[in-house]
Amino acid sequence: MAERRNFLPRSEFPRLLSELISAGYRCIGPRVRDGAIVYEPITGVEDLPQGIHDLQAPGQYGLEQTAEPRFFAWANGPQALRPLTFAGRDKLWTAERKADGSVEFAGESPQAEPVAVIGARACDLAALYIYDRHFMQGEHPDPWYTARRQKLFLIAVHCTHPSLNCFCASTGDGPRASYGYDLALSELDEGFLIEARSEKGERILAGLPVKKASAEQIETADREIEDAGRRQVKGVPSRNLKDVLFARLDHPRWNEVAQRCLSCTNCTLVCPTCFCHSENDVPSLDGSRSEHYREWDSCFTQRHSYIHGITIRPDTRTRYRQWLTHKVGSWHDQFGRSGCVGCGRCITWCPVGIDITEELAAICR
Amino acid sequence: MQNPYLPREAEIVERVQEAPTIFTLKLRFTDPAAQGAYGYVPGQFNMIYLYGIGEVAISIVSDPDETETLDHTIRAVGRVTRALSRLQPGDRIGVRGPYGRGWPLLEAQGKDVALITGGLGCAPLVSVIRYIVARRERFRRLLIMQGVKRSDDLIWHEQYQRWRELPDTQVLLAAEVAEPGWTWHQGLVTALFDRTHIDPGQTIVFLCGPEPMMRASIYELGQRGVADGDIWLSMERNMHCGIGHCGHCMIGAPFVCRNGPVFPYPELKALLGKKGF
Ligand SMILES: Cc1cc2nc3c(=O)[nH]c(=O)nc-3n(C[C@H](O)[C@H](O)[C@H](O)COP(=O)(O)OP(=O)(O)OC[C@H]3O[C@@H](n4cnc5c(N)ncnc54)[C@H](O)[C@@H]3O)c2cc1C
Ligand code: SF4
Ligand code: SF4
Ligand code: FES
Repeated sequence: MAERRNFLPRSEFPRLLSELISAGYRCIGPRVRDGAIVYEPITGVEDLPQGIHDLQAPGQYGLEQTAEPRFFAWANGPQALRPLTFAGRDKLWTAERKADGSVEFAGESPQAEPVAVIGARACDLAALYIYDRHFMQGEHPDPWYTARRQKLFLIAVHCTHPSLNCFCASTGDGPRASYGYDLALSELDEGFLIEARSEKGERILAGLPVKKASAEQIETADREIEDAGRRQVKGVPSRNLKDVLFARLDHPRWNEVAQRCLSCTNCTLVCPTCFCHSENDVPSLDGSRSEHYREWDSCFTQRHSYIHGITIRPDTRTRYRQWLTHKVGSWHDQFGRSGCVGCGRCITWCPVGIDITEELAAICR
Repeated sequence: MQNPYLPREAEIVERVQEAPTIFTLKLRFTDPAAQGAYGYVPGQFNMIYLYGIGEVAISIVSDPDETETLDHTIRAVGRVTRALSRLQPGDRIGVRGPYGRGWPLLEAQGKDVALITGGLGCAPLVSVIRYIVARRERFRRLLIMQGVKRSDDLIWHEQYQRWRELPDTQVLLAAEVAEPGWTWHQGLVTALFDRTHIDPGQTIVFLCGPEPMMRASIYELGQRGVADGDIWLSMERNMHCGIGHCGHCMIGAPFVCRNGPVFPYPELKALLGKKGF
């Protein structure tokens, strides 16, 4: 399946959307809103960020319009698949108090509609693999995550325009998407190479007016992806830093980074593998019902580690250290790999530009 | 797909005030099928939900062979537990569980068992004492060491008195601050190690209480030749989900809710006592 390379001319690209829509999918893809690339419903290719480049640096994100024809000539935005699977807020159940004092619990049964995501990046798919293990493959599968996840149709676009903050090549997760998608696209100026990796993907592909890709097109596409990996300027010192990090829990760098970190939680909220959440009860005003929600939470908050009379992580030093030692350390024990897929989001969206790769280099050197 | 977060309704059938801030709720699921299907191991816990307020993790302290009801002994410390303390028989709450790994009671059979606790109303271990006492012949020597801050804090006085009368059973109590009439030791629970002997290799140790006290006990046990693998401890961390999803309870890699709350010491050794974990 994966070897067959088909070419879809740019003029026929709208057909991909119409095929997806007629197959019953709602299409979600990248578009520009408030100066950033966001993943939202799209109704046509005119919604896509054509000619847009993103400019990312530690603590910085900006977009630039060019006259180029490409739709995917940028790296990423603050979010992609995370909110589409692990939503910022889900209602888990409702408790109702009856007149006789009894309490009735009604579980929500999550329904999800089929959604096709155009423009999943290799790092996003690697992160989704981790989420799948966490939310779907344990002893207690999460019904909300599972419902949404099972209805996803994923169209990867291999990266050709990494940002200055990307380092997926060093984590082994990109820039080429190598698993977890239904269709994968390589964008060229004149159109797209398309490969299918699932039966669902084959079915959509069969409806598209594709031609056989030329050897030259394949060569150009492959070279652009390879270059994208080579151009990345950041990297992790090694793919498994668990032992080094836990051997250096008293490294002075933890104090130093804590002087800069605002404990604002941004890094944990944009990270596509962070899974922390809290559960909260919201009673109705008349007291007859109470709704139970889960919402994204962060290990950078005080409440996160509070137990009666003690805050396990009372300061930024212990919170930043918790985040990093979990993400690239104890994650290996929990998931058999690092929790960092090299997307660079935590670097870009940190208001003070703290760079995970620099912190790791300083601590693990 | 089953909703793993959904509590089931339970009724309070009895409420016992154990001490000014400590109370026991005897519960029964209102659905007889749920009650019938419910089974657990001492050391496991439930998430207890109070209507309109929220959920908290609470250990199960009843005997697992008691199938009609289950008991929770709770200390009123904050928002949810204080509100729980106001409940009366007939009131309804939500319960989901049991969760986590309990005490290794099968492994303890045929061995000396040392139960060392510190702090107020250390419910998880009291349930083990009751469990062992009810099956006394399966275990060898039973050593109970309990430390409290003030002697007035000790609950279940009569039970300790009764337990010390049992064959091959030693009860040692310590209070850091002793009120008049206190006949036991004054000082830290770790001082009690000098008043007993522990047979390394024959003994399995269960610890529960504040972490500094557990660490001090582990040190004393090590001095007496007890292997790390024979020491088990019950941990508390902030908990929201109880099922390994929410991330609040991790100590390094282990999730306390799923991999614990009872751990063999070697699984925690690297991080126990490390500030921030
Ligand atoms: C596995 C386990 C077993 C427990 N068994 C018992 C028991 O048998 N009896 C008993 O009295 N208490 C027990 N606790 C402690 C009990 O969960 C807390 O006292 C309770 O959560 C405090 O909630 P609160 O709203 O009354 O207090 P607040 O101080 O208002 O707490 C606010 C929130 O902080 C969190 N929190 C505070 N303290 C703790 C804590 N110690 N552990 C986990 N989360 C906490 C909770 O999310 C709580 O909702 C146990 C805790 C754990 C983790
Ligand atoms: S830690 Fe940072 S770079 Fe790594 S996956 Fe999370 S947001 Fe991306
Ligand atoms: S590292 Fe940056 S983004 Fe993360 S909490 Fe600290 S200041 Fe916020
Ligand atoms: S309590 Fe949620 S992961 Fe342990």
